[in-house]
Amino acid sequence: MNLDYSPDELAFREEVRAFLAASLPRDLAAKVHEGKRLTRDDFVKWHRILAGKGWVAPGWPKEYGGPGWSAVQQHIFDEECSAAGAPIVLPFGVRMVAPVIQRFGSEEQKRHFLPKILSGEHWWCQGYSEPGSGSDLASLKTRAERQGDHYVVNGQKTWNTLGQWADWIFCLVRTASEGRPQEGISFLLIDMKTPGVTVRPIRMLDGEAEINEIWFEDVLVPVANRVGDENKGWTYAKFLLGHERTGIAGVGRSKRELKKLKDIARRERSGGRPLIEDARFRDRIAQVEIELMALEVTNLRVLAEEDARRAPGPEASILKVRGSEIQQSLSELMMQAVGSYGLPYVPEELDAGWSGESAGPEYAAPLSGLYFNMRKTSIYSGSNEIQKNIISQMILGL
Amino acid sequence: MDFSLAEERRLLQDTVKRFLANEYKFEKRRGIVASADGYSREIWKQLAELGLLGLTLRDEDGGMGGDAFDTAIVMEAFGRALVVEPYVATVVLGAGVISDAGNAAQREAWLGPVAAGEKLLAFAHAEPAARYAPSFVETKAKRDGAGWKLDGFKSVVLNAANADAIVVSARTAGNAGDRDGISLFLVDRNAPGVSMRAYATQDGGRAADVKLAGVPAGDDRRIGDAGAAIGTIERALDRANAALCSEALGVIDALNEATLEYLKTRKQFGQPIGRFQALQHRMADMTIKAVEARSMAVVAAAAMSETDATERARRVSAAKAFIGQAARFVGQQAVQLHGAIGVTDELIVSHWFKRLTMINATFGDADYHLGRFSDLMLAAK
Repeated sequence: MNLDYSPDELAFREEVRAFLAASLPRDLAAKVHEGKRLTRDDFVKWHRILAGKGWVAPGWPKEYGGPGWSAVQQHIFDEECSAAGAPIVLPFGVRMVAPVIQRFGSEEQKRHFLPKILSGEHWWCQGYSEPGSGSDLASLKTRAERQGDHYVVNGQKTWNTLGQWADWIFCLVRTASEGRPQEGISFLLIDMKTPGVTVRPIRMLDGEAEINEIWFEDVLVPVANRVGDENKGWTYAKFLLGHERTGIAGVGRSKRELKKLKDIARRERSGGRPLIEDARFRDRIAQVEIELMALEVTNLRVLAEEDARRAPGPEASILKVRGSEIQQSLSELMMQAVGSYGLPYVPEELDAGWSGESAGPEYAAPLSGLYFNMRKTSIYSGSNEIQKNIISQMILGL
Repeated sequence: MDFSLAEERRLLQDTVKRFLANEYKFEKRRGIVASADGYSREIWKQLAELGLLGLTLRDEDGGMGGDAFDTAIVMEAFGRALVVEPYVATVVLGAGVISDAGNAAQREAWLGPVAAGEKLLAFAHAEPAARYAPSFVETKAKRDGAGWKLDGFKSVVLNAANADAIVVSARTAGNAGDRDGISLFLVDRNAPGVSMRAYATQDGGRAADVKLAGVPAGDDRRIGDAGAAIGTIERALDRANAALCSEALGVIDALNEATLEYLKTRKQFGQPIGRFQALQHRMADMTIKAVEARSMAVVAAAAMSETDATERARRVSAAKAFIGQAARFVGQQAVQLHGAIGVTDELIVSHWFKRLTMINATFGDADYHLGRFSDLMLAAK
């Protein structure tokens, strides 16, 4: 029993730190630390820098271009990237569709798609949810009808993240309506430039538009772009959900946000004194810091088991539930820390390089929006209630 | 990083578990709790034979040189079995203090006999006006010739009545609340001037309020330097809290197992009550707490090898705060999900619940430790 990193792991951490110090553009890190809006180019730029180093896909097997890291190394990498203010590598390509292609895709799909995911040439998005199919995903209705070498896809997807910038979308579509709903679903890769694909951004509660609806009207998709067997898409989707536990807890990001919360609480004043001296508020920081410690060690325990290749338990769901709750607590406390400067809504302040007069302290500008935005975390990727269904039914056998 | 149990620890765990499963059944425990002493000399002797009483003492003191992770294994098993024998008072606190700060003569006089199961100890530190604050000591030790005379009052001293000797904190300089000026003394249970109001505790243990009225103590009974005991006291309390965290973990897991089993077997409305989503999600929440509590018990045990006392305190308090909250939640929900049978004395569930509740109130509850952790945030950059 030993909570400390091994000498090798410490050396690895130094290597990651040195790389970040040399290669993470300062303007990008500043944007992330200050909560500024990130552009498509920002994400792509960082993706390409990582790709150049061979570090963009930490979880990939070596044969496909992964670095061959242990789960603990992946955790260290995630933590250091978060602390340094690196933009995230969006999960849709590297962490979601790629493992499915690696496991179930054709040789041609592997040859064509995987290098372009690594390089950042293809931006991927996800087509799962529909207006009538949220938690009950298997009820999805978007149809794909076979016509010769093509499927003709008709239907509507929604709650699609950053699809307005995407080149490709992986979709669950219905190819059969007999039997159990899960049995008639297929997994298709669709070029976003195909005629009949329409993207409409949805303005969210924070005023931003990172989420889209996507319509498919008679969209022709080559049968060669189906992953695996027809009507087996549900299996692949489940594989995807259970595939990667690393990073699901968002520990690195939350540690960075906790540090920011403390910084803000030291700078804010209450009755003329630093807010952090107010025990009532400080205790709330303490509470979430302790919860984050519990999450971090739980995450490390799960990673250690992953490296030891023991069977997974309820951990992925636990990490999702607690990770999202802690992210929400942190964003709520940051908003609360700036007091009435949570009120101003000045979206242009979130643009990098904006030089107007800020409403209140500069660090206050993104905080309420962040709080509103983070409500999504307990809803996406299987709502926390669905996660509790998984724990109680699949793990505990109730 | 390594979360696996080394081979010797796995053996220790198996040994303790097997012993308790055979020798410490719930009905037998009822008899022990109801006995005059409130603990079993027979069991204590067996614990000594298993090597558990000297587990964490140094080899040269008659121990086995174990650390807080060994204590954690023992305490987790004790939690599940609801062991009432005075392990924390005697081994973790009393012998722990003597091992940390005692001189050679004191270690020789007490540690071997503790390891052999021949002597019991208690740690009399907390006072009514202090609540949980470790430096608020009003009990006084005044010079009396070559020795000392102790006057004061100590509250809820675990195992005081059964102890052969009591480690007493007393102020030799300064005022209540000062970190400097506190000393530790080994006082015989039957020394003149020691009187007690002994009582049972809610969870089946034994404790007493201890009054010290002109109690003589030779200078050879002083443990460590005069006036400089606060570090030893805080370390002892942290060690006890780390042990309690593991004990609570054992209880939490036991309660969750019992509750899950009940949800699968108890039928209402024609089906097992575990089919109802309201109860499923409660059980999921209890499971989450247990997994996280295990992480925090590891944090507490690891903290005891931390050389920086502030960092040790921070981590132990984080663990005790978290586990205190988790214990409260799991205990209350386990009783709730059992329904009326959960609030009976008959079922072990209520006994586990009471033990968790008392662990939370022992050596600082969740609010106290949250505050301690929070206050240390101010000191940090």
